[in-house]
Amino acid sequence: MVTGLKDEDLKKVYTVTYKPNAKYGYSAGQAYSVFLQGLKDGKILGRRCNKCGRVYVPPRMYCEYCFRPTDEWIEVKDEGIVMTAVASFISWTRERLETPEIVGVIRLYPSRDNDFVYPGLFHRICTTYEKVKDMSIIGKKVKAVWKPKEQRVGSINDIECFKEVE
Amino acid sequence: MQRVAIVGIGWYGFRPQTKEVSFREMMFEAAVRAYQDAGGINPREEVDTFISCQEDFWEGISIADEFAPDPIGGAMRPTMTVDGDGLQCLTHAIMHINSGLSDVTVVEAHGKPSDILTLPDIVDFAMDPLYVRKVSPNYHFIAGLDATLFMKEFSATQEDLATVVVKNKENGLKNPRASYASKLSVSDVLEKPYVVYPLTELDIAPYVDGAINIVLASEEVARRYTDTPIWIEGASFATDSANLETATLGKALYLKIAADNAYKMAKIESPSKEIKGAFIDDRYSYKELQHLEALSLTKDPVKALREGQLYPDGDIPTNPLGGHLAEGVPLEASGLALLIDAIEYLRQGKESAIVASWRGVPTFTGAVTVLKR
Repeated sequence: MVTGLKDEDLKKVYTVTYKPNAKYGYSAGQAYSVFLQGLKDGKILGRRCNKCGRVYVPPRMYCEYCFRPTDEWIEVKDEGIVMTAVASFISWTRERLETPEIVGVIRLYPSRDNDFVYPGLFHRICTTYEKVKDMSIIGKKVKAVWKPKEQRVGSINDIECFKEVE
Repeated sequence: MQRVAIVGIGWYGFRPQTKEVSFREMMFEAAVRAYQDAGGINPREEVDTFISCQEDFWEGISIADEFAPDPIGGAMRPTMTVDGDGLQCLTHAIMHINSGLSDVTVVEAHGKPSDILTLPDIVDFAMDPLYVRKVSPNYHFIAGLDATLFMKEFSATQEDLATVVVKNKENGLKNPRASYASKLSVSDVLEKPYVVYPLTELDIAPYVDGAINIVLASEEVARRYTDTPIWIEGASFATDSANLETATLGKALYLKIAADNAYKMAKIESPSKEIKGAFIDDRYSYKELQHLEALSLTKDPVKALREGQLYPDGDIPTNPLGGHLAEGVPLEASGLALLIDAIEYLRQGKESAIVASWRGVPTFTGAVTVLKR
């Protein structure tokens, strides 16, 4: 028969603690280096494959469908349509959040309603929990809220969030 | 076993730093080259399965598998990953082809150690946390223990180890992948300070960034892609013990088990007579000698070295393109780095070769592949 250990029993057994020192400096590479610099400059840049017409945002130097290099850089708009959204009530470190953080997928322009593959970003959406709950945020037009130029560092967080525009 | 052929090889990098590309872009560059080498094969249509050998802690990404398919043409296609050295992947590819699952399989492995800022700590993380991590001075200590015992059993000297370093770094001078090739003397090596006795910093192969892609095909279809297929006659991998405290030191038992299996498969009875080139893990200088013995290519590797048999024109040419001491260690792509050396060697007209990899400290895992032209 298995019985659970009580708190005082746990004190009688040994545990060995260890904190790994795992640090990385990921090379952003050709596609992301230009993309991140673009964000610093307040632009969202993608790569187009001229064979299939797909636009990769975030960019790729190769088209994974055609297996060939993508052909050209294009700037897409910093506005688009909310495709889906979620409200999270816990943080990455599992603390309870008083106000939920809302994130979602934004289909950026130029693109069309029936596009299956589109330039898009997964990002924070500055909206209310109610609009996620009643799903009215889905299909709404949103635009990037950029950090002030001097605060941008070349990161996806140079965009604060995407906010509804009417 | 149906024979399996290697019909294309491609590589990118083999430099201490490849900051100009992401690891995925590096994989793509190697893949494009391999598919061109395989007669311009279209991976989106003509490759049945893809296998990538990778380890999450090297990548710095958990479930790094998800990054495997798209850079090699495997998006929405059957792709699997193996947490191990690239030569282990090769054996999985043979199983894919022999089981009838595929006619053409691609094997990929890459290493970007320049992206790992705390590499020794990552290796330490592979050790037993309750005991070994607490007492290990640095991760080379296991190689030091192994090396001293090997040297005692085979009466090897520091000069012998230094001779391996000098030989391999010089062999690398004609190899475009050998970033660490150099013309040194034995005393140059002996004068370096020890990292762990008996190994100096020149006895230990440095890390290198690199990506490799290999295209394999069944006997039936191989000639569609190349006029010079390289045939895999036997392949195996083995682990001696998963634990440091129960593993054999002084001898590479993992490679002996793997080699005996591979020889049986290849119907090789006298390896030293039938194998014309050895491409074997030498990430520590003594390992080349220890591995030669485990592969039954010589009973006395130290004598063979002193008699000149391990040089490119000797009886057992060993790492004639420089091995890891000249090319560096591209993490899980290490076995495939030795493999492409062997393929280039065979394409130049040599008859047969053996490739033998080791997954490095703290493992006792190795893989063997026997190749013929």
